[in-house]
Amino acid sequence: MELLGFGAEGWGDDLLRGAALTVQLAVVSLAIGLTFGMVLALAKLSRFAPLRWLAQGYTLFIRGVPEFLILLLAFFGTEKAVAAGAALLGLEGGIEVPKFAAAVGGLSAIFAAYGCEVIRGAWLAVPNGQIEAGHSVGLSRWQIFYRIRLPQLWRIALPGLGNLWLVMLKDTSLAAVLAIDELLRVAKVAGEVTRQPLMFLLAAGALYLVLTAISDKLRASFEARANRGMAR
Amino acid sequence: MSLYQDLKYAISDGVCYAAQGVTPEGFATYCPRYIDGFLVTLELLLLSSALGLSIGTLVAVARVSRQRALRVGAWAWSYIFRGTPLLVQLWIVYYGLGSLGPEKLGILWPFFKSGWAVGLAVLTINTSAYIAEILRGGIGTLPPGQLEAALSCGMSRGMAMRRILLPQAFRVAWPAYGNELILLMKGSALVSTITVMDLMGQTRSVFARGYSLETYMYSAVLYALLALLLTAGLRAVEKRLRVA
Amino acid sequence: MKKTLIALALLAASPVAAETLRIATEGAFPPFSEINANGEVVGFDIDIAKALCAKMERECEIIAMDWDGIIPGLVNDKYDAIVASMSITEERKQTVDFTNPYYSNYLVLLAKKGSGLTVDGIAQQAVGAQRASISSSWAEEQVGARGDLRLYDTLTASFTDLEAGRIDSIVSDYFPALDWLKDHPDFEVVGDRIDIGDQIGIAVRKDDAELRDALNVALEGIVADGTYGQISTGYFGTDIH
Repeated sequence: MELLGFGAEGWGDDLLRGAALTVQLAVVSLAIGLTFGMVLALAKLSRFAPLRWLAQGYTLFIRGVPEFLILLLAFFGTEKAVAAGAALLGLEGGIEVPKFAAAVGGLSAIFAAYGCEVIRGAWLAVPNGQIEAGHSVGLSRWQIFYRIRLPQLWRIALPGLGNLWLVMLKDTSLAAVLAIDELLRVAKVAGEVTRQPLMFLLAAGALYLVLTAISDKLRASFEARANRGMAR
Repeated sequence: MSLYQDLKYAISDGVCYAAQGVTPEGFATYCPRYIDGFLVTLELLLLSSALGLSIGTLVAVARVSRQRALRVGAWAWSYIFRGTPLLVQLWIVYYGLGSLGPEKLGILWPFFKSGWAVGLAVLTINTSAYIAEILRGGIGTLPPGQLEAALSCGMSRGMAMRRILLPQAFRVAWPAYGNELILLMKGSALVSTITVMDLMGQTRSVFARGYSLETYMYSAVLYALLALLLTAGLRAVEKRLRVA
Repeated sequence: MKKTLIALALLAASPVAAETLRIATEGAFPPFSEINANGEVVGFDIDIAKALCAKMERECEIIAMDWDGIIPGLVNDKYDAIVASMSITEERKQTVDFTNPYYSNYLVLLAKKGSGLTVDGIAQQAVGAQRASISSSWAEEQVGARGDLRLYDTLTASFTDLEAGRIDSIVSDYFPALDWLKDHPDFEVVGDRIDIGDQIGIAVRKDDAELRDALNVALEGIVADGTYGQISTGYFGTDIH
């Protein structure tokens, strides 16, 4: 049991550090994935058909391909893609993409593909009458977006995005296969070194449950905040 | 068993022979391996979705049961298997429990010995937890008056569940179930980490031979194709459910 | 017994000062590389890498990688060289360049004592090997693409499954097998060791002839001045060069 403890003898601190890296991976991917998802949602709502098809094709691909495979593609493919992109812009030489960044790239690409559907749905759920009303009282397009659409969009999209967050939190475990020392990999290594794989993998499972439970609480409080002032 | 294995090989050789002319060279060289793996993926998907649906239904029924112990047990089942990553579950069973060895596991050993069996079991349990939640949601949308009406007609609770509530819950839950099926298919790729030669396992072996990114692209296309097929199939069923 | 994980170096795998030579190794291939109780990567490969760096008078950083992705990582400039007991093969030479060999490897088939297995008979039973290794390609040739060959992400994982009895035998590299057999007296090498003319070299990027030549010179240097022999004797009781 002391193997799970903290300090020099135990792996407890290493597991917690792994868990911190897991959260870090998920939070960074959330920020990037949300931004990218917003762009994709706008592309899907665009009047320009090729843009819509592009976004549609992208989501179709990501939704049909295993997350594991997407992460491997991100891991082995990003440098090639970045180098190609740089060449297009007339830049010389490759740019180094560390594996943490590759994992973030893969995870946020997945998040965006699902997130854009949630955002699109929420966008359409804001009644058109409100937008027209905004125009008629002389608000600018930006004001309409910022004052009318965005606050409601947030409220409507929150439950869906919360679910996707939980999915992503669990998907970070795939980074273990890329030798990134997040929670699961630490547990695997600890299990191999100490020859106690069951104990360490169970400990990792328990930590994931804690992370999910905290996320649930946070989501509930966010939703309560976003819904304040709404009639029930 | 071996006859079945031979049949699978024959199918994959046949497919590859037929597709020879129209597939890129990089794919054609290793085609039988991709298709062998594809068939294992398909097999795991069909078995785990069918078993998962049965177990998931039982868990959903337990969640709305009048027995507190059943309700709590079913809640814990869903909470634990939905709250932890599938990869962790696979490794806990294969590397964790499996490390106890034949002496401690006794008659369970033949199960733990096989990566395929462990993969199937974990996929089944994992999907059953999600299906239970989906069905519970479906049952929740039904007006409570239906159950009361069924009971007042003299139906037992079990019968009311079977005849009245569940069929409607299935219909409501169908689109969500479709999504879960696709997620299950994608999750099945993780069994390659416990030595199963599914599509992902074969892909990683082929990748090791030339480190060509193409390898992953071909595999991605195969998975995407399977997802498209599943989606089309699910839509067709959905239409029928709506008419009924 | 502080177990700080190797993660930190990887996390910060941002561009390092130009002079620092980044060397990848594996970490699950005892006694060549393994993670010790302090969480550091240690082993023959690491000692050789450090000796080479000292000889070249260069600052070195050791990076632990998973075997599966170790070559792609080199090609993608995540590090500059691989010192991880890597076999020089024609297939790999298409992608990377190798230095002169620094030792010769053999393959062995490991099984439980008294199993009655023979090297020719491995196709009949479940055999394990490490994914993407010389052992797995040799085993695949023996059992065929459709044989019962189980592939593991690390050699350690395949040892564990052999011990548990999930598989009947594994194809392994010679020296790691001997090391493992020391604490597993119930197992043995089946038949003779298998000589497939396997030479172990250091991999570098194809466009990096400068580094390859420097490494070759340093390798000759550490063999000549006895450093190599000393390291080797420490691990194997003999000079394996």
